[in-house]
Amino acid sequence: MHEEYAIEADGLVKQFGETTAVDGVTFAVPRGSVLGLLGPNGAGKTTTVRMMTTLTKPTRGTARVAGYDVVADPAAVRRSMGLTGQSATVDELLTGKENLWLIGSLYGLDRSTIRRIGDELLERFSLTDAAGRVVKTYSGGMRRRLDLAVSLVATPPVLFLDEPTTGLDPRSRVELWDVLRDLVRDGTTLLLTTQYLEEADQLADDIVVIDRGRVIAQGTPLQLKDASGKASLVVTVSRAEDLPAAVERVRSAGLDVHVEEPARRITAPAEGLSDITRIAAIFADSGIDLDDLGLQRPSLDDVFLHLTGHRAEDTSASRSGATEAEEVSA
Amino acid sequence: MTTTSPTSPGSASHGPESDGPASHGSASRGPASPGALERPEIRRTSLWHQSVTIFRRNLIHIKRMPEMLLDVTIQPVMFVLLFAYVFGGAIAVSAPSGYREWLLGGIMGQTIAFSSFIVALGLTADIDKGIVDRFRSLPINPAAILVGRSMSSLTHSFIGIIVMSLTGLVVGWRIRGSFLDAVAAYGLLLLWGFAMIWVGILVGSAMRSVEAVNGVMFTTMFPLTFLSNAFAPTESMGTVLRAITEWNPLSSLVQAVRELWGNTPPAPADAHLPLQHPVLFTVLWTVVITAVLAPLALKVFRNRTMQ
Repeated sequence: MHEEYAIEADGLVKQFGETTAVDGVTFAVPRGSVLGLLGPNGAGKTTTVRMMTTLTKPTRGTARVAGYDVVADPAAVRRSMGLTGQSATVDELLTGKENLWLIGSLYGLDRSTIRRIGDELLERFSLTDAAGRVVKTYSGGMRRRLDLAVSLVATPPVLFLDEPTTGLDPRSRVELWDVLRDLVRDGTTLLLTTQYLEEADQLADDIVVIDRGRVIAQGTPLQLKDASGKASLVVTVSRAEDLPAAVERVRSAGLDVHVEEPARRITAPAEGLSDITRIAAIFADSGIDLDDLGLQRPSLDDVFLHLTGHRAEDTSASRSGATEAEEVSA
Repeated sequence: MTTTSPTSPGSASHGPESDGPASHGSASRGPASPGALERPEIRRTSLWHQSVTIFRRNLIHIKRMPEMLLDVTIQPVMFVLLFAYVFGGAIAVSAPSGYREWLLGGIMGQTIAFSSFIVALGLTADIDKGIVDRFRSLPINPAAILVGRSMSSLTHSFIGIIVMSLTGLVVGWRIRGSFLDAVAAYGLLLLWGFAMIWVGILVGSAMRSVEAVNGVMFTTMFPLTFLSNAFAPTESMGTVLRAITEWNPLSSLVQAVRELWGNTPPAPADAHLPLQHPVLFTVLWTVVITAVLAPLALKVFRNRTMQ
């Protein structure tokens, strides 16, 4: 049966000996939508994807991909999905074309189909010129695009992407986002893991935030931002000497203010647009020139900090910081 | 259901239970997925087809990096030359045309024993780089990864055996037995290579890096091949050492191919049992090694890749 959900996870648990990598993860992804699985390093994102793509068996819980149970019918799941792993798992010694042939042939496509679809994909991912070159000579962005092309050779309706843009420069990242948006427009259901909050914000219809193997929040990017606290009103004055007067006026409106003198900026918690109108009216006849007046919603970074008490990229940052310190002392 | 059952194009997925309702499913999807994907025809493929595909991919690797073959070409040729010309004079053997002819069977045995090394290196590299995960995410039998790897590793080793044979002919090695015996000797080498595959899968699955495989294989395989009759006759060794070397499974193989090629007379009457019946023992050893190591190797491979 084909339900409205292309991907479903219900109480997924994965234990490795004593440690619990994934601890009861539940979510559902409607057909044709994008789910962002967001969390820091070691949160259990990759293990969750490995369970959903039949690479490892759940200790408990169930998961379905395109309506097929990952434990009961792994073969049907594998025919229905594509996986782009964390490191670009294309074959370095093969050419772009040969990589497509390899995976296409293993999917059970015949030679002419592989050539036709392969050429389309190479064209679409701007790899036509490099098709005959050995992948070892490709740039990081080209490898990622080829990796994605290879995952698409059998046109799977469901695609799993494990940290698809990790290690890419900003330009390649934006290019890849465009490619992913095209896929979704064509009807592919995407599940992507990321530790980049911006990426989830850019691509995902729904976000599941996981930390230490558990789902700690889930919703649309907007819902998550709303849930994590109030928006802020931000007033930037044009001239530094106006700052004290401006602070006085905002305070008189009954708001708690926070002042950043060098930036000539006043921040205050706000309920919504009504506060903006109120403040705008106060400044309208004050003779104080403003550079900017607006409402700032919390970023997903703030959301993460609010939910977990630590920043999303904290773990890796502090880890590399520690090794540096060790190297210095050694 | 036949092994090749085409999916109707446009159905999102297919499986035994969905062949019927699938068409309804894709029709009723309607507005949920506006740009319904047109899927190409996916045929079920046999283990053979999958293994051959992976085998061909591995052969492309050898073509792109011919230096991968150094271990079965230059290295054994160097061994032949070193042993034949440096140590050869000091080692007395009872071969029709001396040590060089006698040595060849030993080097061949060592070369084929090292096919375990080749399997392990290739497998570890593929696991390490995530290629095995990618293969396992496809609708194939995971055994194809091992079968394809084994096929290419045996091909790799046999390129070495051919190079060794040609080198042998140059330095004075000759096949003095019958044609059938000669073919049987090559058959035994192949059989031995088959047993070595399991050693390779075991080590390749257990080790975390190519460097670790190198370390383990060098420190175990070199002593194991030298503690045999491959390079020096066992008759002159001390009692304990002689027992160890003659019961070394590799010694049976080396004795068997030497006898079949007519490069040595049968083992002396005081030699241990395996050398008295080298062909029989070669077959027995490969059966024992396979029976013991195959289940273990598959278990370790499964545990490693299912993490």
